[in-house]
Amino acid sequence: MQMEHVKGRRRGEIILYALSTCGWCAKTKNLLGELGVEYSYTYVDRLSPAEMEDAIREVEKYNPSGSFPTLVIDGSRVIVGFREAEIREALK
Amino acid sequence: MTGEGIPDEMVDARVEKIRKDAEDGGYILNPDPAFVRALVAGICINEQRYGYAACPCRLASGNRGEDLDIICPCDYRDSDLNDYGACYCALYVSAGVAAGTIQAPCVPERRPARQERKKMSEGSAHVSRKESMPVWRCRVCGYLCARENPPLVCPICKASQDRFVRFM
Repeated sequence: MQMEHVKGRRRGEIILYALSTCGWCAKTKNLLGELGVEYSYTYVDRLSPAEMEDAIREVEKYNPSGSFPTLVIDGSRVIVGFREAEIREALK
Repeated sequence: MTGEGIPDEMVDARVEKIRKDAEDGGYILNPDPAFVRALVAGICINEQRYGYAACPCRLASGNRGEDLDIICPCDYRDSDLNDYGACYCALYVSAGVAAGTIQAPCVPERRPARQERKKMSEGSAHVSRKESMPVWRCRVCGYLCARENPPLVCPICKASQDRFVRFM
């Protein structure tokens, strides 16, 4: 799946599943930028149909509602939505 | 221009239309103009991409029939305004959130998940749930609506939610 990598402070394997049109996804991405952590992200709405299906299944695995943004840390900690305090706490 | 070639003027015009429609119906847009503009740009992009104004904060399927519930304003806006003071995107907010006295919350997804929607479209449970909505009456102007809760503001006379009574 097509992922964009953002360099920064290593705080584990951080993956952000986002939509390019979503306001809360943008806020989450900005927060990761502000925290200066290394992460990967993908805009699921911009993927090809086959890649999109893979991405949706991945998101559903971590977050059964399949909503965005879904932030996954080290494949175990999942934060759904722009929960600023929770994200700051998890990545401090 | 947005990232997907939507002219700025088109987004501006759409913001104004959405703002006017909101005000006419007793709804309030998010007080952050840049946030509103970004969401509306997303709506314009989705309209161009899919042919309908799908919610910018949800992944559209590209099939209008499957996404009727998330065409903005979505089916879930008023329930989320009632319960959280903001719609899922926070494009629409309550008076308290608009005034800044209440923080815009992180609204959980109310739309059923993909698998549940599939099951619902195969069965008839969906229809019977909608038929069992209570009916609310605005005591000021007599406006009737069948929904879980009365609107925060009467779209006809702008009376507040507490002026509604359950009619049936």
